[in-house]
Amino acid sequence: MSSPTTVVRPSFASRVVTRLDWRSNIIYIAFVVVFILFAIFLGNDGFLSANNMLNIVRQTATISIMAVAMTFVIATAEIDLSVGSIAGLASVITAMATTQFGLVPGILAGLLAGAVIGAVNGGLVALLKIPSFLVTLGMLGLAAGLAQWITSSAPQPITDRLYVMIFGGGDFGPVPGLLVWTIVAVAVGWLVMNRTGLGRKVLATGGNPTAAAYTGINTARIKFTVLLISGVAAAVAGMLYAGRLESGRFQWGQGDELTVIAAVILGGTSLFGGRGAIIGTLFGSLFMGLINNGLILAGLDVAQQQVVRGAIIIAAVALSRKK
Amino acid sequence: MRAIVKSFGPVAVLKSVDMDIVAGEVHALAGENGAGKSTLMKVLQGVHPITSGTIAVNGEAVDIRNTADAEKAGIGMVFQEFSLIPSMTVAQNIFLNREIKGAGGLIDDRAAERAAKELFDGLGVHIDPRARVEELGTAYWQLVEIAKALAKNASVLVMDEPTASLAKHEVENLFNLIQTLKSRGIAIVYISHRMDEIRRVADRITVLRDGRVVLAAPVAELSAAGIIEAIIGRRLASDLIYRDRGLTVDAPVLLAAENIASSTVLQSVSLTIRAGEIVGLAGLMGSGRTEFARVVAGMDRPTKGTLNIDGKRMRFATPLAAQNAGVALIPEDRREQGLVLEHSVSDNLTLPVLHRLKSKGLLSPRKLRELTEHLVGRFAVKVADPYSPMSQLSGGNQQKVVVAKWINTEPRILVMDEPTAGVDIGTKTEILDIVRDFASQGNAVLFISSELPELLAVADRIVVIREGRSDSELARSDVQSEEHLQLIIQGEAA
Repeated sequence: MSSPTTVVRPSFASRVVTRLDWRSNIIYIAFVVVFILFAIFLGNDGFLSANNMLNIVRQTATISIMAVAMTFVIATAEIDLSVGSIAGLASVITAMATTQFGLVPGILAGLLAGAVIGAVNGGLVALLKIPSFLVTLGMLGLAAGLAQWITSSAPQPITDRLYVMIFGGGDFGPVPGLLVWTIVAVAVGWLVMNRTGLGRKVLATGGNPTAAAYTGINTARIKFTVLLISGVAAAVAGMLYAGRLESGRFQWGQGDELTVIAAVILGGTSLFGGRGAIIGTLFGSLFMGLINNGLILAGLDVAQQQVVRGAIIIAAVALSRKK
Repeated sequence: MRAIVKSFGPVAVLKSVDMDIVAGEVHALAGENGAGKSTLMKVLQGVHPITSGTIAVNGEAVDIRNTADAEKAGIGMVFQEFSLIPSMTVAQNIFLNREIKGAGGLIDDRAAERAAKELFDGLGVHIDPRARVEELGTAYWQLVEIAKALAKNASVLVMDEPTASLAKHEVENLFNLIQTLKSRGIAIVYISHRMDEIRRVADRITVLRDGRVVLAAPVAELSAAGIIEAIIGRRLASDLIYRDRGLTVDAPVLLAAENIASSTVLQSVSLTIRAGEIVGLAGLMGSGRTEFARVVAGMDRPTKGTLNIDGKRMRFATPLAAQNAGVALIPEDRREQGLVLEHSVSDNLTLPVLHRLKSKGLLSPRKLRELTEHLVGRFAVKVADPYSPMSQLSGGNQQKVVVAKWINTEPRILVMDEPTAGVDIGTKTEILDIVRDFASQGNAVLFISSELPELLAVADRIVVIREGRSDSELARSDVQSEEHLQLIIQGEAA
């Protein structure tokens, strides 16, 4: 009865898509290009040594974990500027609680700190409909101040060896614990994003909130959830700082939010929501670590590093632009 | 649905509406904008709970308070503004929030793609379930939406202006699909402004006016004139008739385009418009109509050809350059391209001419108010408070604001792309009158439309473009009938 409606993907569209794909995969190209350049010019400075490679992974682990969670936040078309401060606060709370009450209460206290702040962020965004940019900007200052206040700006040493072992100080044979943390975070993040209902709802909420709501998705709950996850992930990152550096300090994580957001965007996740690339995020994070490492080996001072890093980020984002 | 009442605060938008939707039938719902069609459908869909009345599906009373309730009751929507997630694949969209789970509770996209393919096969439609929605043309978005509703076992499918963005052959495909759906016993509520479609596809019709049912009957018993009369009430539908405004053939040529091409489908379009003349641009969707308008208005640069405005050769680098040369474009999509919906009517009206409304270097509230009042009055924009947001106005009134905003910039050449899409008949005739008046003052109008009756009513000359080329040019008197013009557009005229 009905004559077939023949529809194939138009060739024009597929051509566009090929180009888009190339652009959203820019991070891999950039990563390889920068890696090769550093290998050529810094090979003699020990850039290629196994130890240096593992160092890059160690230094980026905290960023990678926060960035995986941030991928969900940004894919929902929200933002979390408070992750660096949450990390700092969680590092001092976990250190203080571990010293005072022991290992397990210490770990729980650190996670709870992140969960509470994440829940406050999420609640304000989801229920009061305040833009996440403003809520988390406020929380950035609030959490950092709180961390400094409760410690009177003093470092909180951690003497519990097991804590240090678990949170970043230890190695599994040749494999640094921080590498394991990174792999677990990325694997869980990828599965949730690509193979669970939550991931789908996140992408739908970010891609077209009205359509998502009409489909029966509780978009407010999704926003709450991603900010909660981001808070907890930031707390874990703070606890890893505390373990690796054997103390909690309010300065840990300071300024990380910008590195984390840059890593996510470089990785191909759209700031406008609807797209979330977890593997891209990992490479975005590694890319940031790679640049830091290379610039230090090249003997640039901190000020020069900042200039070069900023320029590289702008260049990479410009190249990955959709139009 | 029985005695449905829906009030927003003290305002009753629906005043005791009855409607029976029968399985396997297409039930048209018509009425001017603001008559309550959208509200009625939002009630069905669970966006607005009803104030009083009852809804029963298959004889059982249902309480629809949110979209989940509507879904459970088997009511599916195909929205006027498409409700898909562009960045997701077709299959992911169809099964959004009801994903097929495989091993370990993880989503199985392959299974969803197979199920989507089965669904499409059943409908006789071929769409790649793995394509991202944003890669597909809008005509396919709609098919995906229909599939999405069917995947939820909808027994009632509501289609809101389903042909608004479809080309002729796509409309045919949709009608075929509707036949398939009917034969499966699915009831379809078909909301449309287009009489020919209603008469072709619908079995029954309900017409709403001011929140009440004014007509409910089998379509076969009604004439188009009868339906139109019911829709607009006592006002006569006599204005979709061509009026000779006494043009002079020796009026100066205001716009002359020759062999215009751009880096789109546009290959070679030539046309001229004289002062006082309205030239209609007809063609199928995708034939290059909008693309030509974009070149004239300076949004795209031509790769070939020449454009003369008032005898001077122009090569616009920006839309602003075109505006300075006296060209204004009323774009196709008023919500996306023509208006700032959250801003007030006044803000929108005055935006292009803010530089004229200053006193001592600052914007003058008095001048802003005077101009707003003047324009609202002159163009009969129906708005209680010109400082309320645009989004509160009906589609027709929004379009009047767009037209008023641009005519007020005093252009010599007005390019209108589908200026009456989604606009009710009453407002449509008012807009056509505004266009005629504007042209009669010695200006040129390029009028792009898919709706041939209005094109024939307003255009003094019609240029037909096909596949990016100007195909033929017809004086109004050369066009014998709508069917005749349609054949030329389709490229089937002898």
